[in-house]
Amino acid sequence: MSIIRKIAAVAASRFLTIYASLALLYLLLPILTVALFSFNDPIGRSNYSWSSFTIDNWLSLFRDPTLVSAVGISLRIALVSTIIATTIGTLMAMALVRYQFRFRKALDLFVFLPLATPEIVLGASLLTLFVTLRIPLGEITLILAHVMFNVSYVVVTMKARLAGFDMRLEEAAADLGATPWQTFWRVTFPLILPGIAASAVLAFGLSLDDFVITRFNAGQVQTFPVYIYLKVQKGIPPQVNAFATLFFVVTVSLVAIGALLQRRRANLKP
Amino acid sequence: MEVTPRVAEVDVRLVNVTKKFGDAIAVDAITLDVSDGEFFTLLGPSGCGKTTTLRMIGGFEQPTSGLIELKGVDVTFLPAYERDVNTVFQSYALFPHLTIYENVAFGLRRSGIKGDELTRRVGEAMELVQLVGFEKRIPAQLSGGQAQRVALARALVNEPAVLLLDEPLGALDLKLRKQMGIELKRIQREVGITFIYVTHDQEEAMTMSDRIAVMNKGRYEQLAGPETLYERPSTRFVAGFVGASNLLEGKIGSEGEDWTVTLPSGAVVRAPKSLGDIGSNGAIGVRPEKLTLLEPGQQSKGNALEGTVVDTSYLGVITQYVVEGKGGLRLLVSEQNIDRTTKSDTWRPGEQVTLTWRPEHGFVVGDAAGA
Repeated sequence: MSIIRKIAAVAASRFLTIYASLALLYLLLPILTVALFSFNDPIGRSNYSWSSFTIDNWLSLFRDPTLVSAVGISLRIALVSTIIATTIGTLMAMALVRYQFRFRKALDLFVFLPLATPEIVLGASLLTLFVTLRIPLGEITLILAHVMFNVSYVVVTMKARLAGFDMRLEEAAADLGATPWQTFWRVTFPLILPGIAASAVLAFGLSLDDFVITRFNAGQVQTFPVYIYLKVQKGIPPQVNAFATLFFVVTVSLVAIGALLQRRRANLKP
Repeated sequence: MEVTPRVAEVDVRLVNVTKKFGDAIAVDAITLDVSDGEFFTLLGPSGCGKTTTLRMIGGFEQPTSGLIELKGVDVTFLPAYERDVNTVFQSYALFPHLTIYENVAFGLRRSGIKGDELTRRVGEAMELVQLVGFEKRIPAQLSGGQAQRVALARALVNEPAVLLLDEPLGALDLKLRKQMGIELKRIQREVGITFIYVTHDQEEAMTMSDRIAVMNKGRYEQLAGPETLYERPSTRFVAGFVGASNLLEGKIGSEGEDWTVTLPSGAVVRAPKSLGDIGSNGAIGVRPEKLTLLEPGQQSKGNALEGTVVDTSYLGVITQYVVEGKGGLRLLVSEQNIDRTTKSDTWRPGEQVTLTWRPEHGFVVGDAAGA
């Protein structure tokens, strides 16, 4: 290898490192800021400029009952809507990938609509729908709304996962005497579980995070994002940063544990 | 249509089984009987319908029409999980999330076997395929040959009435394939289960099978033992697919006890009528090793053709020649290298030769298709 090519190779490898670091920094900087300001002791009401380090915000995490209730409601809605959306979405994806039926193509297209439609339009039209049907706004309408957009995300994620599923494994199970029910629980489900988990994490995050659709359909219910929004003018308490950081840490930990488990399985290979 | 009358011993029976995918006919009215304990092979090129036939016996496809019986019971529309049949899949389809032990135990657990009997039977199956000690591994930790053995153990442990094998050796390299072929035959003899084997490899089929159905375009053209298939192929397709053949095409005639074919060059070759019916557009064939090369003018064995050697390949056991005759005739000849210690006394390209063979060493192919 000539010297010039060597230099070029070194520069290329360095370039990749720098480029990747910058990209990561770009993605992580806002989150790091949130985490950093959870340790800020703000002067006055707004937590926008750094003054001094404190862990008070973490110690007084549960001081504001409105904030605690908002977090609780958000978690509850996220959990329920995730379970429902992941179940429905996984089954829908299986139907779309495996079976030929009337309107399959149309359904395939409709599944994308909630992803493509502006949230504000969805939020407003859902509100119209609920009011027309005289469904009182509250946690139920929020769960319905969150399930609606989350199903789309789950279907899209699961479809990609299921497309690579080796159907002969199910044939092998049937061949060995497993009923369709046994085949699903003993072969299909364990194998698509990583995909289901990924979809569920995505759905949970999207639900926890949703503001626009939630704002339209919440009625008197205050979710975490709605609480923050209402606090913007009066000054967001630094506990919000602490909660946000906590959510982030929990999510990252879950993803990391998942990745570790997968790597352990992969390491078993020769 | 020949249907063996030994009903009691018939394990698998197909009657007029047809499978269509849309307008395409994959399997075209196949009727056949497989006897108890037989090593039966469906041999043919890809797309001939052999795998579809196997999948219908296994319960993974339903016939468009026709009847499938297992041990005298109609199973045509019985789902796969209710059939006393197990399959070794082409790429094994081992459960990647289960250990080898659990893979092998899967079928037994489904039929409610547990405890000591489960342990014992899995152990026996592992012994049969010589994989004792691999129980705790997962499929990703196995080589191709080992995965193949696990697939076999997983199927055989259930002691099915019939074992279906879909090109089970296709993913292995040549050496391993030959080794596993011998192994499969040993296991089949040991367990005495009926094997229905699908392959496109005629050598594999010839070495293992009791009977072979040579399939083409959704039907089988000939169903016979390996020796008959080779010595007496009954159609052009079989003659070409099973081993190498020289087919002599021309004007068909009859002379006493012989069929005659007048080649475009004017030469006449013969074959005894006892070899089979030549039909209205059949041909006489002869295998390359049945031909002898002589100096022009030497005493011939009955059928004789003049030609020029155009290619010589020394292949160790045999030397293979391509001889060109008049009227565009090209014949493949193989001679055993028995007395030969150097290459020097082979025939060389350009040399004039007489090709000769005894009429009864040829074969007769009849009109195309028709099982």
